[in-house]
Amino acid sequence: MDEGRAALSTTAWRTLAYGLPLAFLALFFAFPLVAILERGLRSEGRSGSAVDVLTDPLTVDVVWFTVWQAAASTALTLALALPAAYVLGRYAFPGRALVRALVTVPFVLPTVVVALAFLAVLPESLERGRLAILVAHAFFNVAVVVRIVGTFWAGLDPRLSEAAATLGAGPWRSFREVTLPLLAPALAAAAALVFLFTFTSFGIVLILGGPSYSTIETEIYNEAVRIFDLHAAAVLALVQLAFVVAVVWVATRLEARLAVAGQALPEEDVLRPPRGWREKALVGGSLGGLALFLGLPLAVLVQRSLMVGDGYGFDAYRALAEPTGALLATPWEAVLNSLVYAAAATAIALTIGGLAAFAIAGAGEQETRRGRLVEALLTLPLGASAVMLGFGFVIAFDTAPIDFRSEPWIVPVVQALVAIPFVVRIVAPTLRAIDDRQREAAAVLGAPPGRVLREIDVPIAGRALGVAAGFAFAISLGEFGATVFLARPDSPTLPVAIFRFLGRPGELNTGRAYALAVILMIVVVLSVLLVEQARTRRSGWF
Amino acid sequence: MLRVENVTVRFGDTVALDEATLEVAEGEVVALLGPSGSGKSTLLRVVAGLERPDAGRVLLAGEDATGVPPHRRGIGVVFQDQALFQHRDVTGNIAFGLRMRGAPRAEIERRVRELLELVGLDGFEHRSLATLSGGERQRVALARALAPEPSVLLLDEPLGSLDRRLRDRLLDDLERLFDTLGVTVLSITHDLAEAFALGDRVAILREGRIVQTGTPDELWTRPASEEIARFLGLSNVRDGVVVRPESVRVVKDAGGDGVVEAAVRQGPTVKLVVRVGGGEVLEAAVTASDHPQPGDRVRVEIDPAGVVEVA
Repeated sequence: MDEGRAALSTTAWRTLAYGLPLAFLALFFAFPLVAILERGLRSEGRSGSAVDVLTDPLTVDVVWFTVWQAAASTALTLALALPAAYVLGRYAFPGRALVRALVTVPFVLPTVVVALAFLAVLPESLERGRLAILVAHAFFNVAVVVRIVGTFWAGLDPRLSEAAATLGAGPWRSFREVTLPLLAPALAAAAALVFLFTFTSFGIVLILGGPSYSTIETEIYNEAVRIFDLHAAAVLALVQLAFVVAVVWVATRLEARLAVAGQALPEEDVLRPPRGWREKALVGGSLGGLALFLGLPLAVLVQRSLMVGDGYGFDAYRALAEPTGALLATPWEAVLNSLVYAAAATAIALTIGGLAAFAIAGAGEQETRRGRLVEALLTLPLGASAVMLGFGFVIAFDTAPIDFRSEPWIVPVVQALVAIPFVVRIVAPTLRAIDDRQREAAAVLGAPPGRVLREIDVPIAGRALGVAAGFAFAISLGEFGATVFLARPDSPTLPVAIFRFLGRPGELNTGRAYALAVILMIVVVLSVLLVEQARTRRSGWF
Repeated sequence: MLRVENVTVRFGDTVALDEATLEVAEGEVVALLGPSGSGKSTLLRVVAGLERPDAGRVLLAGEDATGVPPHRRGIGVVFQDQALFQHRDVTGNIAFGLRMRGAPRAEIERRVRELLELVGLDGFEHRSLATLSGGERQRVALARALAPEPSVLLLDEPLGSLDRRLRDRLLDDLERLFDTLGVTVLSITHDLAEAFALGDRVAILREGRIVQTGTPDELWTRPASEEIARFLGLSNVRDGVVVRPESVRVVKDAGGDGVVEAAVRQGPTVKLVVRVGGGEVLEAAVTASDHPQPGDRVRVEIDPAGVVEVA
């Protein structure tokens, strides 16, 4: 009897853990995608058939620029991040953990904040255009390279370079022949991620590209929101999806081909303090340079938010309480909206992502394929861009009985969708790492399955869930590409409000944008620093 | 060929090497023996140029090489756990040093074949490292280090990670190889048997200092201190006197003043622990198969040739 009930509760639990995330994804991810497909392929729009849109010289230009800027941004990011990755991968020094934490801050900063920081720091002649886009992308993605490559580097046996040296290879030759090939899988993984992120980057290109530079992502927005050609937008979204799938496929193949057998060493066996002035200068120089590159734009952003005429003051901040022509709400209300939406989105992302992580990690031998499938499905929204999600929602949920698109709860749902892949990727590895013998020990000591979960899995996953909550909150706060489609004019979020102020003339509006960006930055940085505090070593590269 | 002169290395507050001095003549095999943490690896790294000494000099063929970077020293190193290049096959590993010298293709191929034959891995040219056993990997590491014909070959615990049977076989092979090649070798180990088997001379390193150097026979018969005697496994040490176990004769005697406390077979000899006169404990190594058993009363006779006075 007892056994039967235990088995029943296990089955019910399994069904819930798989079923809820899958149902959520089917409704809020697959369905909007299908809507885009249908709109793009079946109907004809103002711009003619899908083929007409594709062969339009303007589309060709946009696709070319998208690929070009993504490739150039990736190259620039690698060049700027590799010295710091080397330093973090080879040397132990005081404050190393802090450096790792601080370098992550730009990555979770909202794109709108990054764009504004570069508007503030770049000279007027450069503040909009190709260079601004590339530099802002590098700023944003340096963390990806530093953390993936740096962590991998810290697992490479330093004696391999030493062996090469004793065999007559100078430092450069040894780097090219030994370190680089061994580092290749991490480099490929990092480059692929940066390429994907910059390929589908929205806020930065929209703000820093000005009217003359647009990518597929910003063009989808333009067609859908400004020109109102939903058909052209859908075709572009499909082009983007095809590119994303192709990049992921190539990257996976490449990483598999580059993979080298051999185990990573524990960091303690690899890292050593820098010795001699040369090594110390190298550590100080690379980290100092990076600190300048990452810190200066943010510092100037704060400075600009405090500028009033020729002097300084809190005028822009004070003006946030007043109603303005740019919004149907006061800016302070936007701050409040953002916090409420982000909290709701975090709750949804933790529920769905947490359940999925338990399902993936708890999958027994015969179920690992199913687990992997769920994991792959759950990480898909990471590749499908934010603008695609927002746009998909707009065209999928526009008729009764599912005309959700102006419901207030649709905003946290779309933000959660963006955050879920991160939650799964943070929580699942921690759960997988739990030694099964702990569960067996609990069972032998008399704990039924549900109790085992409560006594073993949940407490251990608690820390990872905390980390995931911080990330989900930061991502939701800064989410712009999808939210801009769905936030109602009377309840804007912070990034949307910033964008609206930027589109308005006058020093006060610009000042308000800077002030809101600073507030957004502070909230996000605080939640990320809390995350770093709770960060476990097993939570992957985030 | 190789001379290490008063080399000192400090890591922060700890002194890894304390004015260590050591010489290896051309064609000689010296085994550096020391417990873990004694500074052996640091000494090897200083010789290879991978670590800069805080004081002292390294001389190679009479020339000061202290400031020469490792890739210009022409020293071969067999690293602990091999440190093989996982991203290359067997040939790629062995050919590495030859390519760095800019050797022509044909010569590289010839030399790789020659070395594989030398280390007993004929036909392994294109095997991937993942398919090799521990012993085979060790042979590849040896071939890789020997390929560019180094002036000195350094080995860091060459048999450390292998199981016992493989160790014994590789040990024989190494001895034969060093004999035929006439190469100058410095091999470091924490294992007494390995040091005695490989080394023409053995240098004992303790707490960063070379405390005694000599042939295995010299060390065994004339340890320089009680501490060294104990480190060599001689346990009959008391008040500056060492009694080697093979010079202790144990005779069954119902009226003797000794009692056998333990008898442990160690290969061809048996270690007997005897308590004499109710107090002092002596260890003896005997060869007889009808040796006394624990509890037997015995008489102990000591051969004066086996008694050494130490400092």
